Amino acid sequence: MKIALLGNPNTGKSSVFNMLTGLRQNVGNFPGVTVDKKTGKLPSKTENHDIIDFPGTYSIYPRSKDEQVVYTSLMDPQNANYPDINIVVVDAANLERNLLLFTQIYDLQRPTIMVLNMVDLAKRRNKKINISALQELFPEAEIVETNARVRLGKQRILDAISRLKARAGHSFLSDSKIAEIDDVAAQEEETEARFKKIASLTDLETEKKQLVSRSKKLDKILVHPFFGYLIFAAILIVIFQFIYAFAALPMDMIDTGFASIAAWLREVMPMGILSDLVTQGIVPGIGGIVIFIPQIALLFFFIAILEETGYLSRVVFIMDRLMRPLGLNGKSVVPLLSSVACAIPGVMSARTISDWKERMITIMVAPLMSCSARIPVYTLLIALVIPSETVFGIFNVQGLVLFGLYALGTISALLVALVFKWLLKTREKGFLMLEMPSYKPPQWGNVGLVVWEKIKVFVWDAGKIILAISIILWVLATYGPGDKMELAANEVRQNGIAQNLPQSEIDRDVASAELENSFIGIMGRTIEPVIEPLGYDWKIGISLITSFAAREVFVGSMATIYAVQDDGNRNVPLIEKMRDEKRDNGAVVYSLAAGASLMVFYVFAMQCMATLAVVKRETKSWKWPILQVVYMGVLAYLASWITFILLS
Amino acid sequence: MKNHTPLSEINVGQTAIIQNVRASELKVKLMERGLIKGKTLQLLYRAPFGDPIAFDVEGYVLSLRLDEAMLIDVEIKTEDGL
Repeated sequence: MKIALLGNPNTGKSSVFNMLTGLRQNVGNFPGVTVDKKTGKLPSKTENHDIIDFPGTYSIYPRSKDEQVVYTSLMDPQNANYPDINIVVVDAANLERNLLLFTQIYDLQRPTIMVLNMVDLAKRRNKKINISALQELFPEAEIVETNARVRLGKQRILDAISRLKARAGHSFLSDSKIAEIDDVAAQEEETEARFKKIASLTDLETEKKQLVSRSKKLDKILVHPFFGYLIFAAILIVIFQFIYAFAALPMDMIDTGFASIAAWLREVMPMGILSDLVTQGIVPGIGGIVIFIPQIALLFFFIAILEETGYLSRVVFIMDRLMRPLGLNGKSVVPLLSSVACAIPGVMSARTISDWKERMITIMVAPLMSCSARIPVYTLLIALVIPSETVFGIFNVQGLVLFGLYALGTISALLVALVFKWLLKTREKGFLMLEMPSYKPPQWGNVGLVVWEKIKVFVWDAGKIILAISIILWVLATYGPGDKMELAANEVRQNGIAQNLPQSEIDRDVASAELENSFIGIMGRTIEPVIEPLGYDWKIGISLITSFAAREVFVGSMATIYAVQDDGNRNVPLIEKMRDEKRDNGAVVYSLAAGASLMVFYVFAMQCMATLAVVKRETKSWKWPILQVVYMGVLAYLASWITFILLS
Repeated sequence: MKNHTPLSEINVGQTAIIQNVRASELKVKLMERGLIKGKTLQLLYRAPFGDPIAFDVEGYVLSLRLDEAMLIDVEIKTEDGL
């Protein structure tokens, strides 16, 4: 049996869903739209019940393409998601407004349950709902009271499901039919008629509503023109401190953990191509997926808390006006700021933006914000070409350059947003109309489920793509045409033995020679004429290609190419080697101009397959990630070229 | 219609009664959110830069951009402060 879970936003619908399904949840697709379809299994001894969590809406009439799923699923018996039972979650504290959606669904003549949620909140506002009057009004509906925040009422809902009978034809609005999906005039008329009838029902609630006073005091500060921004900035700083403090350790453990798994497998597996594929391709590839989990988990943990408490809507409220001229929305702030840690959770959190155009712009520009994976590249290059001097008495030039790179990324993100605002066409007009729920303590079960769901989506949906790309990159870096690689490696090895070099040095030289003669090495040499105007040589070309996997790979690739020992974060041998690198004419390769050009390249270039995979996942199309690679690549090339010309 | 003011122009703390939601493609969406003729609302605060605005509609807080609030004609009832 298929059960639809419907309701207005902020009615506690997701709490009801979580209460009913627990961890038996799955995320899938509604065909043709970007909204996710959350389904779950109901615990039932006799029957198999699938419950679908539809997006929260105020009525069944869609305003955007994504909202259409409610209308098309409920109205068309041929639809794959056409439910056998409709459960409508109704906020008891806002009964009148919530009844619009409920009466529309009641009049569809399907077995219907009204879940009257947050009864405690209504009571605190001196409202008592007259259940028997409601039951009289909707004689064919089952009505249950719940308080899903404290997991109260699960059994009542299950009992109500088993009591449901086929409908006998009673309607709330007798002479009205649900309007066609594009007939706005009829929709207005129908909405008006329903509200008129709802307003005439005076016996549903005993106490007439009074204006809310709770939350107001807090809001005076939190949306204050000065303190509002100050508090938001303070909260962000705390969150980022936590992420940097707590993500590093598990990420290191994942890194070393997968390295030792690979080392162990290399020992137990018979030598050969299969062992190479597993230990150098697949295991590090999976490691490259798992390594993102700590940052994703931490960011969504904090975002979910901000959302649960009701604070997030205040952030949207104070940021909306600032973001609007850029084609963005107050809701774009969290995705963009999350991207400073990592663009993956940033792109994933853009899902809360209901307007299609604003969401696409946010996703498209989010990877321009400088993420934490760029830091190793920036610090290596800054140490290489920027002198550690003090200017104006207090500012360290290296620090200023680092700040400048972050600023460049942020400003570019906003400017590119402006360009997309002009380019993207949409028939829908963007709107805000945001409910600001009253403040409440976060519900930890909901927070945990959000984190769990985001990790699952990333690992399963994006992980497949990441693994595939990392295996391709591994093949290209490990194999070369014919026996060129082997010959080069042998020559280096013989030389090393002849010169009596220590084994570790010979190994590094061999690895360097192998990479140079692999497919990627050849690709790096091939693109040299293209990247020469930017000040790069073929060695940088190789690292540009390998670091498509992830930006920080640049550092490791450079270490391999220059056959230096990787000493962790300090890279002293690598920096010395790179500093000594000369062109044929005697000029240094890593001049200020070339180094700065390379930094600028990493500000702009889409060097992250994991983000690409997530963009594909979130937009449900390859069009957007490909567009992103192209436009960011063009930007990177042009900006680096200009930088190189200006500085040389 | 002499007493009608667009919702976008009332002051913080003022209470007003909705008289009319102007025809526009957003009309249904505004109505769905409980903005219908006869409802009482009170402006709670304006965001920095005056836009968007947040108000109480008979028990819940809704925020609208100014160009959305412009579509709602209200009659100002009192000058009560918060």
